[in-house]
Amino acid sequence: MTVAPARPVAVRDGVGDSARRPDAVAKVRGEFAFSSDLGHDRMVWGATVRSPHAHARVLGVDASAALALPGVHLVLTAGDVPGVNRYGLERRDQPVLAEDLVRYIGEAVAVVAADDPELARRAAALVRVDYAELPALTDPELALSGGGPVLHEDGNLVRHLRIRRGAMPAAADIVVVTGEYEVGMQDQAFLGPESCLAVPDADDGVDLYCSTQWLHVDQDQLADCLGLPAEKVRLTLSGVGGAFGGREDLSVQAHACLLALRLGRPVKMSYGREESFVGHVHRHPARMRYEHGATRDGRLLYVKADILLDGGAYASTSAAVTGNAGCFAAGPYEVPAVEIDCRSVYTNNPPAGAMRGFGAVQVCFGHESQMDRLAAALGMDPVELRLRNAVDTGSVMATGQRVEGPAPVAELLRRVAGKPLPPPPGTDPRLLPGGMSNSTRAEGLLRGVGYGLSVKNICKSAGYDDFGTARVRVLARGGDVLAEVHTAAAEVGQGLVTVQAQIARTELGVERVTILPADTAVGDAGTSSASRQTWISGGAVRAACAAVRARLLERAAEVLGEGAEALRLESGQAVSELSGRAVPLVELLVTEIEETAVFRHRDTQPLDPETGQGDAHVAYAFAAHRAVVDVDPELGSVRVVEIACAQDVGKAINPAAVEGQMHGGIAQGLGLALMEEVKVRDGRILNPSFTDYLIPTTMDMPPTVLDILELPRADSPYGLTGVGEPPLLSAPAAVAAAIRDAVGAALDRIPVTPEAVAAAAVGR
Amino acid sequence: MTGFHTAADLRHACELKAAHPDATLIAGGTDVMVGLNFGHTSPAALLDVSRVPELREWSREDDTIVLGAGVPYTRIVDELGGALPGLARAARTIGSAQIRNRATVGGNLGTASPAGDALPPLLAARASIELASLRGTRRVPARDFFLGPGRSVLADDEIVAAVRIPVAAGAEQFAKLGPRNAMVIAVASVAVTLDPPRRRVGCAVGSAAPTPVVAGDAETFAGAELDWDGRRELPASVTARFAELAAAATAPIDDVRGTAGYRRHAVAVLARRTLTWAWQEYRRS
Ligand SMILES: Cc1cc2nc3c(=O)[nH]c(=O)nc-3n(C[C@H](O)[C@H](O)[C@H](O)COP(=O)(O)OP(=O)(O)OC[C@H]3O[C@@H](n4cnc5c(N)ncnc54)[C@H](O)[C@@H]3O)c2cc1C
Repeated sequence: MTVAPARPVAVRDGVGDSARRPDAVAKVRGEFAFSSDLGHDRMVWGATVRSPHAHARVLGVDASAALALPGVHLVLTAGDVPGVNRYGLERRDQPVLAEDLVRYIGEAVAVVAADDPELARRAAALVRVDYAELPALTDPELALSGGGPVLHEDGNLVRHLRIRRGAMPAAADIVVVTGEYEVGMQDQAFLGPESCLAVPDADDGVDLYCSTQWLHVDQDQLADCLGLPAEKVRLTLSGVGGAFGGREDLSVQAHACLLALRLGRPVKMSYGREESFVGHVHRHPARMRYEHGATRDGRLLYVKADILLDGGAYASTSAAVTGNAGCFAAGPYEVPAVEIDCRSVYTNNPPAGAMRGFGAVQVCFGHESQMDRLAAALGMDPVELRLRNAVDTGSVMATGQRVEGPAPVAELLRRVAGKPLPPPPGTDPRLLPGGMSNSTRAEGLLRGVGYGLSVKNICKSAGYDDFGTARVRVLARGGDVLAEVHTAAAEVGQGLVTVQAQIARTELGVERVTILPADTAVGDAGTSSASRQTWISGGAVRAACAAVRARLLERAAEVLGEGAEALRLESGQAVSELSGRAVPLVELLVTEIEETAVFRHRDTQPLDPETGQGDAHVAYAFAAHRAVVDVDPELGSVRVVEIACAQDVGKAINPAAVEGQMHGGIAQGLGLALMEEVKVRDGRILNPSFTDYLIPTTMDMPPTVLDILELPRADSPYGLTGVGEPPLLSAPAAVAAAIRDAVGAALDRIPVTPEAVAAAAVGR
Repeated sequence: MTGFHTAADLRHACELKAAHPDATLIAGGTDVMVGLNFGHTSPAALLDVSRVPELREWSREDDTIVLGAGVPYTRIVDELGGALPGLARAARTIGSAQIRNRATVGGNLGTASPAGDALPPLLAARASIELASLRGTRRVPARDFFLGPGRSVLADDEIVAAVRIPVAAGAEQFAKLGPRNAMVIAVASVAVTLDPPRRRVGCAVGSAAPTPVVAGDAETFAGAELDWDGRRELPASVTARFAELAAAATAPIDDVRGTAGYRRHAVAVLARRTLTWAWQEYRRS
């Protein structure tokens, strides 16, 4: 054994460093293999037969014409589902393949396997399904009022969250503003469409390689649908091309497994863009009625909110989204009295579910629009009004929960408000509204500035047992120490693998860290959503590393003849703080060390069903946005000039990745503010492609000014808090506010279309 | 699809088209491939004209630019900004850099969409389209080329060989409107050309009728009202009337991209602005 004086060197690319993503270069070069690039020698292709009706009875399926095509192997329908023909994240209400009823346009009715994708699609088109159309329920207000058909056994109400706190004040000398707001249906618009490869084994089991946000919840549902024990349905994460909530629900997974198991051959499925629009859930469209009451000096007295979310045909995560929308309906403000009713309903529209921000985005547009309206009614600066009411540590939220941990809401707002304003518009038409369209020389151009403040929960809420698992192995290889980290946590593009490696490096003082592919051979990691994965799976990796470290130090203590308490790991050695002596880890690793750890955040409670009160959330995250826009009032075109965002992240584990989340969140928020809407008429998506579902281009995305606060939490690894969702939350509200400021008129619906801006500007 | 034919030169292309009248021509492929990928079209065969040398070049014959149908927009922007400022301006608004590197005016004419951005400048400038077939070559005024959405006078055996566009005699403008600042299908577009020697104005509108349309009354009105010699500032009454007449030439519809009312309004605004900009340029020249 070599015992030497310590060489203190900090590990490179540890916690707090902007370590580079391992997949960065491959992705930029287009060489990264996404799930749509998967292949297998013997594979055939699956395609889906979908309902053209929003609501219809299925009378029969005739697959003979499809099966008559050479190269078509199999057509499966509901009767071929060996297990329970239901899946769903909150309630299993959605059939893998429709039985006697279809409830939305695009619902899967049958699946086809054929030699090539083109043939599979042609065969799918030849499957004849006889339908008897039923009246479709596509108006959520009608669904709520009990009119129209009943779509599910328990009625059309998915959830009603009722929050009551404090007594409504008597009507003396109160300034009251009311408003009705609407948020359109946003698509996650991830670039990698749904795809997977299912490979059957000799033992009636199946290996599924897929894009998902949560391997174990897929496994759980798939095992039930396939009628197999969980260990026979093994999942491995493949290259995920973005998620944003749209991969929480099953899409291709069950269909590919069904076909593969029946055929005994590998089956690949991959949606095109158009199919993808009906292949995953979208952000809930929302209608919101608000009433705010305040004192003349701008102290909020009460908030009343009535929120209706269109959940579409199946529940997906509607109940949880309803919970969030209700909990955050009043925003990050101290409000003595609240009366919030948040409801979600079933309709025959495309199902809505998780999307980045998860209910908090919609209500943020509502409460922030109200704060601006209130400021106007009070003749007060909108920033000042917000500062006066912002929550802080110790404040009580609408649900009665006291805010623990940092809550620098006022500080975040002060920071964005204090940034210098961008210079006035220049003459380059590309930088004016319309951009490349050459539609203005700044005729009548109006500039506006708007603000948004937001709050959202981080991690899972309301009593959910939320945990992550990590296995860490340390071994000597080729004279070097290598750490392997194994979790089932989904890297969806957010940079989780980078962060896991950084944590292992810091905790073990080891440079070489390998992140093994995520699969179900290791314990559950929970979902890559709710901005929770760095906290939870990061916490699990840290805990597993701590267990490994303890064993390494025990071995070192023996070698050095010193107590383990005085030893620490550093740059590949165990070092004694007492004697300064060190022993290389390689020499301690004659046998490798492996530890598995489970990490849980603290418990939460469900909300009281009558009052909506309760400590339902682990943590709150906050963000502030300031948007500056130029508006062409005649045409209604908008150019966002700059967006400033300040966010408290507790600890930036990877500052470059935090900035990436902020850029992306701002872009996605800008998209919702100005152009991103899945337009649905009579249950049909009118714009299921990137021709007409517009997402911001580089000519739409303005320069950003980012301000990252790091106020550590006491209850999380390294003091971090989740960063993925907050930078989106109040971006739409800020952009809309800036446009209103420019044109001096109300705009109560996002996306704000040029047409609406032009109309508002005329009416001003 | 049963075949893929590649034409070596224009003659060969005409022969192939005559032999396979149901084949779909493919140049840059930026419309054809979208149609194929979405399953909106399933052509019997493809006839690739992207390597036909005659289509890939432009030349100048006196005061006319003869623009090969297969010259991509990037080259129009880079090489023809001086001679054809209106078309070059329109080309700049089309798609993204990648699209402009491949997409062609021939393809825009072939697609014959009312939203084709290269089309209003051709109409405004009174260009003519040269159609080639084994039967010979004919010229059709751009203003008579379109019959309806996706329909033109192009016969089954014909190929757009070139577009003959008068070299700009004066200022030319193009502006479009869309809900995004780049890569957007026009909700409305307007092209305006000034021809001071002939005392003539050209004005055409896109995305506001079943085809790109000429705003003839607006042209006649402005031609007569503009102070060609004195070059005095445009009275607001003239631009307002011009805008009104341009909007009156349209027959827009409500669709997922915008309502008819907004389109008409946008045409009026864009017509007023493009005429004003062109006139300012003329006054400075
Ligand atoms: C992302 C994207 C953005 C776009 N943005 C715009 C935009 O901003 N504005 C706009 O106007 N368009 C836009 N387009 C549409 C398209 O790029 C244009 O219509 C382009 O001009 C088509 O040219 P092409 O050479 O690619 O045509 P192709 O796709 O090759 O062909 C189009 C049609 O024309 C026919 N054709 C081609 N060449 C000839 C010929 N020589 N003679 C007769 N017929 C012929 C073909 O048979 C076919 O019917 C966009 C397309 C995409 C994919």
